[in-house]
Order: sequence, then C-alpha cells, then structure tokens
Amino acid sequence: MATNVAVIQFPGTNCEMDVVEAVRSLGADAEIFFHDSADLGNADAVIISGGFAHGDYLRPGAIARFSPVMDATVSLAKSGAPVVGICNGFQVLAESHLLPGALQKNAGLKFRCGTATLRVETNNSCITNQLEVGQELQIPINHFEGNYTCSAEVLEELQAEDRIVLRYVENPNGSVDDIAGICNAERNVVGLMPHPERACHPLLGSIDGVAVLASVLAAAGATVG
Amino acid sequence: MVFDVVVDITHREGISDPEGATIERALPALGFDGVKGVKVGKTIRFSLNSEDPASAKAEVDDLCHKFLSNPVIEDSTFTVTEATGS
Repeated sequence: MATNVAVIQFPGTNCEMDVVEAVRSLGADAEIFFHDSADLGNADAVIISGGFAHGDYLRPGAIARFSPVMDATVSLAKSGAPVVGICNGFQVLAESHLLPGALQKNAGLKFRCGTATLRVETNNSCITNQLEVGQELQIPINHFEGNYTCSAEVLEELQAEDRIVLRYVENPNGSVDDIAGICNAERNVVGLMPHPERACHPLLGSIDGVAVLASVLAAAGATVG
Repeated sequence: MVFDVVVDITHREGISDPEGATIERALPALGFDGVKGVKVGKTIRFSLNSEDPASAKAEVDDLCHKFLSNPVIEDSTFTVTEATGS
C-alpha cells in the first residue's frame, strides 16, 4: 500500500500543489487537508507547505497554530510519524512549539529568493535518512522571515544532540549557526526554510529535493511498519 | 468592567531589529543626525470585559505570552485602564 502524505493548506498557503506533485512523482499518495480539518484521515506523514498561512498576520505561523488541523498534526507527531514544515511550515511548527526557537526577519531586511547550497549535517532525521552527512544539496529558498534564532541554551542543545539537520554553505538570512533546518528531540519533526519540492525535476534545475522527500516517505514507511 | 488595553511589543534585547537598523541608517540622509537606537515594534489595542483590574491584567498577561508576542524573540508590555463611560 502506498504511503499517504497529508499536505496541510491554510488560507494563504501557496505551495501545497508543488508538494503534492513532488510526493506523487515519488510513488506515494498525497492529499490536501484544509486548515479546518479535524483529522488527517489515514496519513502516515504530514507536510506543512509554504506560503503565508492566515496572511502571516501578527507573526508567521502565530494564527495557524490555532487551526483545528494542528491538533491532528500534533497528535500524529506525538505518535512518531514524520511531520515536516517547509518554509512557512517551519514557522508554523516553531509557533506551535513542536520545534524550539523562532524565525525572525532576514538580516539586512532582504527577501531572499534563489538557489541555496545546503550541507547535510546529520542523516538521522526524517528528511535526510537517504542522504550522506557532508553531502551538498542545491535547493531553492524563497523567504523574508527565515532568520532562525534561539536562546544560547537551545542552540547548545541542538548542537549537542545532533539536531541541526541542514546548514547553509553561505548564510543568506543571518540565521544562527547557519541553520537551514532542525529536528525535534525525537527526530520525527523537522522544519526547514528551503523548498525541496521545487527541486524534484530536471526541468526545475535541480533534483536534490528528491532524496529529501524520499527520506520522509522512508521514515513514514518505517513508522507504519 | 470594561478596560482599554494597549499592548506594546518590541524585539527582545539581543534580537536583531533589521527594520529599526534600516530606518536609523536612512535618517542622516534626511539631516537627522542625532537619532540613535531606533526600534520597530507593534502596538495592539483592544477593549476587554473583566471582573476587576487585577483579573484584567492577569488575562492580558496570559494573552501576551500565549499569542500576541513570541517570547523567544519579543518582549511585551501593556497598560490596562478602565474605559471611560463604562
């Protein structure tokens, strides 16, 4: 049976179809769940796609956190299923306290849009289990508030527990310790600013996102058994 | 009782404030040379129905921490005053 991926869509989300197409191209099933869904069907994994959930009003992710679909997402995360937040999805996970820290405005107040080179820092996560540590990936970024920040204690914890999943080779936004993506202590919840779904076909200029999404599916398969 | 509430949200000390820094850099070009320490935040105003001033303050404090500010990067202060004509 194919792995089922729930792709979350808030009012203002705009990358959900890209994620659905990319996931389906890898042979899995993907279904979009609107923010008012109280359950996620028989999902084996959740991807919170990018955009501007609830208009990014107040702060990115601040209002999305209270959408009914987040209760179901939190339950699935607690059960050990992979939950991945891409770009705005990372901001939603941080505001939901599923991941520590916060995303603030980019240093220099610059909207960054382009291809970033990322280094895989650990393959013990649900987005890098099909990759090698030290491997470099070309994946697009597209954000204004991607400058990851956290307390010194949290940073120390992330470093000591090998929870920094991806780093920028050249920091585009001022994020602390060049962080592009992190995971939770259980390693099944990951947030990343880059968009792997936009690097899944040669026509898009890079296929480095394929292994990232394939890792999510592999992790989902392992959870399902 | 009805209270007027004003919440002021600012970046925490040590958190970069690129908007404030950009405004500060622009000011000398307009001839304002003496401006330092520009900080950009936001103000949220609302009215609140609550039992008494103490419960109103407790409620606003809770609201600030749970929703209106992100304590990882923001500080919040507020004033609660009894609404005139209430």
